Amino acid sequence: MFSLAPAIVFFPLLGFLFLGLLGPRLKNERLVGIVGSGTVGLSFLVATAIFIEMLGLPPEQRKEIIQLFAWIGTFTGTSASMNVSVAYQIDQLSIVMTLIVTGVGFLIHVYSIGYMHGDPGFWRFFTYLNLFIFAMLNLVLADNFLLMFLGWEGVGLCSYLLIGFWYDRKFETGGYAPGTAYTGDAAKKAFIVNRIGDFGFLLGMFLIYVQFESLNFDTVFGRAAVLNVGGEVMMWMTLLLFIGATGKSAQIPLFVWLPDAMAGPTPVSALIHAATMVTAGVYMVARCSILFALAPATLQIVAVIGALTAIMAATIGLVQNDIKKVLAYSTISQLGYMFLAMGVAAFGAGIFHVMTHAFFKALLFLGSGAVIHAMHEEQDIQKMGGLKKYMPTTYKTFLIGAIAIAGIPPFAGFFSKDEILWKAFSSEYGSVLLWALAVLGAGITAFYMFRLTILTFEGEERFDHRHVHPHEAPQSMTIPLIILAGLSIVGGFVGIPESLLGGNALEHWLEPIFAPALSKLRVVPHHVEITEYVLMVLSVGIALAGIYGARRVYLRRQELSALWQQKYARIYKILWNKYYVDEAYDALFVRPAVRLSNSLLWKGLDVAVIDRMVNGTATAVAWCAFWIRRVQTGVAQMYATVLVGGIVVILFWLMIK
Amino acid sequence: METLVADIWRSTPLVLLTLVGLIALLVEGSGKGRAAAVYWISLVGTIASFVLSFLSLNTEEAAFNDMILQGGYAAFFGMIFTASAFGTLILSRSYLRRLHTERGEFYVLIVFAAIGMMLMASAIDLIILFLGIEVMSICLYVLVGFLRTKLTANESALKYFLLGAFTTGFLLYGIALIYGTVGSTSFRAISAAFPAVSNQPLFLLGAAMLVIAFSFKVAAVPFHMWAPDVYEGAPTPITAFMSTGTKAAAFAAFVGVFLGAFQIAGSKLSEVIALAAAASMIIGNVVAISQSNLKRMLAYSSIAHAGYMLSGISAANREGETGILFYLATYTLMNLGAFGVLSWVEQKDDTKLTFDDYAGFSAQQPFLAALLSIFLFSLAGIPPFAGFFGKYYVFLAAVKADLTWLAIIGVLTSVVSVYYYLRLVMMMYFQPGGATVEEPPAQMAFIAVTCAAILVVLFGIYPSLIVDLTKEFLNI
Repeated sequence: MFSLAPAIVFFPLLGFLFLGLLGPRLKNERLVGIVGSGTVGLSFLVATAIFIEMLGLPPEQRKEIIQLFAWIGTFTGTSASMNVSVAYQIDQLSIVMTLIVTGVGFLIHVYSIGYMHGDPGFWRFFTYLNLFIFAMLNLVLADNFLLMFLGWEGVGLCSYLLIGFWYDRKFETGGYAPGTAYTGDAAKKAFIVNRIGDFGFLLGMFLIYVQFESLNFDTVFGRAAVLNVGGEVMMWMTLLLFIGATGKSAQIPLFVWLPDAMAGPTPVSALIHAATMVTAGVYMVARCSILFALAPATLQIVAVIGALTAIMAATIGLVQNDIKKVLAYSTISQLGYMFLAMGVAAFGAGIFHVMTHAFFKALLFLGSGAVIHAMHEEQDIQKMGGLKKYMPTTYKTFLIGAIAIAGIPPFAGFFSKDEILWKAFSSEYGSVLLWALAVLGAGITAFYMFRLTILTFEGEERFDHRHVHPHEAPQSMTIPLIILAGLSIVGGFVGIPESLLGGNALEHWLEPIFAPALSKLRVVPHHVEITEYVLMVLSVGIALAGIYGARRVYLRRQELSALWQQKYARIYKILWNKYYVDEAYDALFVRPAVRLSNSLLWKGLDVAVIDRMVNGTATAVAWCAFWIRRVQTGVAQMYATVLVGGIVVILFWLMIK
Repeated sequence: METLVADIWRSTPLVLLTLVGLIALLVEGSGKGRAAAVYWISLVGTIASFVLSFLSLNTEEAAFNDMILQGGYAAFFGMIFTASAFGTLILSRSYLRRLHTERGEFYVLIVFAAIGMMLMASAIDLIILFLGIEVMSICLYVLVGFLRTKLTANESALKYFLLGAFTTGFLLYGIALIYGTVGSTSFRAISAAFPAVSNQPLFLLGAAMLVIAFSFKVAAVPFHMWAPDVYEGAPTPITAFMSTGTKAAAFAAFVGVFLGAFQIAGSKLSEVIALAAAASMIIGNVVAISQSNLKRMLAYSSIAHAGYMLSGISAANREGETGILFYLATYTLMNLGAFGVLSWVEQKDDTKLTFDDYAGFSAQQPFLAALLSIFLFSLAGIPPFAGFFGKYYVFLAAVKADLTWLAIIGVLTSVVSVYYYLRLVMMMYFQPGGATVEEPPAQMAFIAVTCAAILVVLFGIYPSLIVDLTKEFLNI
C-alpha cells in the first residue's frame, strides 16, 4: 500500500496537465469541476488507505521511503557528489500533513465549483489549484531538502498566480501605497516578500550541505543526531531555515504579505493562505526538529517571535473592518501559536494546532466567502449585520468556527490551543511571560472573532436593501461548510490530554518523529498536575470573557465602541494602521531602493557605465565586423590563416611552454 | 569465417543501414521520379537501425579484430545519429518540395553520412576513425552545396571542402605520428603504451594534430570560422543535421580517442583543450549576440555549445564523459527542433530568417511558438529543460577536475547566451506583428518536433534515464 504514495502526488499533476492543456477548449464547467476536485479526492482516498494501513502497523514499520528516480548526480564512488532523488517519504508526520492537504483541499475544490461559477477563468482557476496541491504534496512528502524546496517554490508560484487571479481588479491597500493598486500588485508583494524568506531557506540548505554533505532527510538527521547541542553552525543553519519559515508562514518580520494576499478569490485564501501553504513553515521546523534541538538559542527566538506575532496580529484584528482582513490577521496570530509551540519544543502540539486550525480557519474563510458572495462582493462588516436570518447554515457553521478558534471546550481549537498554552508554561523552554502573552492573545482572539460574527450576522441590518438581497449559498458551498463545521467540533478529540482522561493520541502517534529532538533537549513528559487544571480554567475563562465582552459591546451597548475609539484614539490609530509596519518597510526599504535605483543605479550605473559599455561593445563589435568583413570577402584563405594561427598556439603550448 | 559472420551479426545497426543505403541508391538509379521511394526506404532504414542500436545498448564488445566497438557507446551514438538523420530526412522532404528540387540522392547522402558517423563512434582504431570521418565529410560537402543554383550554397560548400581537406591532412599526419611512436593504431595498444610515450615530443605532436582536426570538426575556436558561413549557406535541414549529427559524431571520436585511448587528466593536452573550450564559450556566445540572422546566431551558439562540451573532455573524468553524452543526446533534440521550426517559417528566397521576422509569432501560431520557446529555454540551460542538466554535468566535471575557472567562464557565458535566446522568445511573445508560417508544417515533421519537445522536458525532469545508461560505457 505504501508504494502507492506517488499516486497521491500524481493525481493532481494529471488534473493540472489535463486542465492546463485542454482547459480553453473545455466549455463545460461541470467537467472542469469534476476533474479538478476528483483528482484531489482520489489523492485523499489513497492517503486515507495508506493511513489506515499505517494504523495497523507497529510504530517502527510506519516509515517508508519510495524511490521514484535518481534526479541529480548518480555517480557512484564519488563521495562528495550531490545525490538527490525524487523520492517520497511516508511517515507519521507526512501522512498527517497529506491528509490535511488533500482532505481540506478536496472540500475547498468542491466549494470552488459553486463559488467560481460563471467566472471566465473557471478552468484556469482549477488548473492553478491542482498545480498548487501537486506542489504542496511534494513539499510535505519529499524525502530531501531539494525536492521540498521545489515544492516550497511551487506553492509560492501558485500563491502568486492565484492572488492575482483577477488581475484586472482593483484592490484596497489600506492606504500605505499611493495610487491605485491592482490585485497583481498584491501578488507581487507576496512573491517578493517570500523571496526574502526563500533566500534564507536556500542559504540554510547550503549550510546543511556543507555540514552534513547530503540533502537527504535520513542522512542529515542521522548525522545530526550524534552531534552535541550548541555550536554556531547549527545556530546559523536553523536561523536561516527559520527565516524561510517566517516568509512562508507570515511571521514577524515577513508577515506583511498575507493581509494583502486576501485580494485573491476567497477559496484561495482558505486553501493557501489559511489551511495549507502558510503552515509549510511550521511543518519545516517540525521536520527539522532535530536540527533545531541542536540550537536551543534558535528555539528561544522561534518561541519569542511566535508569541509576539500571535499577540500583535490579534490586536490588529481587533479594529479591522474587512471580513477577510480580520481572518487574515487571525491566521497570522494562530500561526504565531504554532511557532510558539515549536519554540518550546512542543512539536506535537504545534502539528495538532496545524490540523485543527486547518479545519476551523478553512471553515471561517469559506463562510466569509459565502457572505461576500451573498453581499455582492461587499467585504466591509460595518455594512453588513443581521445576516443570520438570510443565511442560517452559513451563520451556524461560522459560529461553530468562531467558538472553535476562541478555544471553548469541547471544540477542536480548545484542545490544541490549550496544549500549546500549557507547554508554553511548563516546558523547560517556556516561561510564564510567554504563557501570559499567549493567554492574552487568546482572550483578544475570542473578542475579535465574536465582534466579527456579531457585526456580520447579528444586530441590525446595515446594508442597502435596494441593491443587496442576501441569500443562502448553493449546496456545493454549504456542504463543505457543514463538513468542516463537523470537523471543527470533533477534530480535537484526537488530542485530548491525559489530564482530561484522554489518550493524547496524536502526540503519541507523532512521538517517533520527534523523539530524537526531545531526547536531545532532555524534555521529560510531565505528570498531571493541579496547575494544569488551574491554567485550563483560567484560559477558558479569559476566552469566555472575550466573548462576553464582544457581545456586550457590539450587541447591547454599541455606543461603547465609538466611545472607546475616541477615548483611545491614539492606540486605535496605531492598530488601524497595523502598527505602521507597511509604512516603515516602505520608508526603510522600498523608497530608498527606488531612490537608489533612480539616481545611482539608473543614471549613474546604467546610463553612465553599462550603457556606455554596451554601446562601446557594440561599436567595437561593429568595428571588428567591418575589418573581418574586409578580409572575408569570400576568401577562404583568411580562414586558413586563422586556423594556422590556432595551430601555432597549440603547438607552442604543448611542445615549448 | 565463423567469426566474420558473428562480427557482422553483432554490427547489425551499421550493416543494416549500409545495406539500406545501397538499396536506396539502386532504386534511385533505376529510373526517374523515385525520390519518394528513396525517402521512405531511407526513413525505414534509420528507424530500423535506431531500434537495433537500442537493443544492443547493454552489450559492449569489440568486433572485427578490435577495429570496431559494438553496442554500448557505439549504440548510444548510433541512436543519436539515426535520430538526427531521421529528423533531417523528415524536415528535408517538405523543405525540398517547397523549393521544387526534391531528388533522391539527397536522402541517400544523408543515410551515408549517418553511416560515416556510426563508423566514427564505433571506431576503436584510428584507421577506421579516419574512414568514418571521410565518409561523413564527403557526403556533407555535397549536401551543403546541394542547391547548386544558389551562389551562397556553392560558396559554403567550397569553403567547407577546402578547410575540411586541409584538416584531413592534419588528422592523417597525427595518426601517422602516433603510429610512429606507439607502433599501432589500435586504441587498446595506444592506451597501454600511453604512460610510456605521453611525454615524447613526437607523440605530443601527433596528439596535437588530432586535437586540431577534431576541434575543426566540432567547430571549436579557433577552428570555427567555417561554421557560420556554412551553416548559413546550407539548406536549413542540413544545417540542423550538421549542428546535431555531425557535431555528435565529431565528439564521439574526440571522446573515444582522448578519454578512451589516452588518459589526459591533468596533462598539457587537457590544458590545451580547456583553452579551446574557454575560447569557444566566450567567442561563440559574445559574437552570437550581434547576429541578426537566426541561422548564423545558431551557428555561433553551436560553437559555444562545443565549448561547454569540450570542458567535459578537458576534465577527463567519468562525470565529463557522461555529461558530454547526455549533452549530445539532448542537444540533438533541441537543436533539431529549433531548426525544424525555423525551416517552416523560412521562405524560398532565404528570407524570414531574422529576429524581426518573428514578431507576433505567438499570436498567430501559439503552439509552434511554445515549441520553439521550449527549445530556446533548453538551449539557454534553464531548468526544467534538458539543457540544464547537460551543462550541470559538464561544469560539475570541470569543478571536480580542479578546472573551476573553466566552469566559471561557462556559467558566465551561459548568462550571456540567455540574452540572444530569449530575445527570440521576447520577439515572439511581446512584439506586435504578424509572423506566421506560409503553409502548415507536414504532419510527420510536426509530430517529430513535438516529440523532441516532450523529450526535452522529460530528460530535464528525469535525467537519469540517460545518465544511468552511460555509466558503464567505453571500457576499451
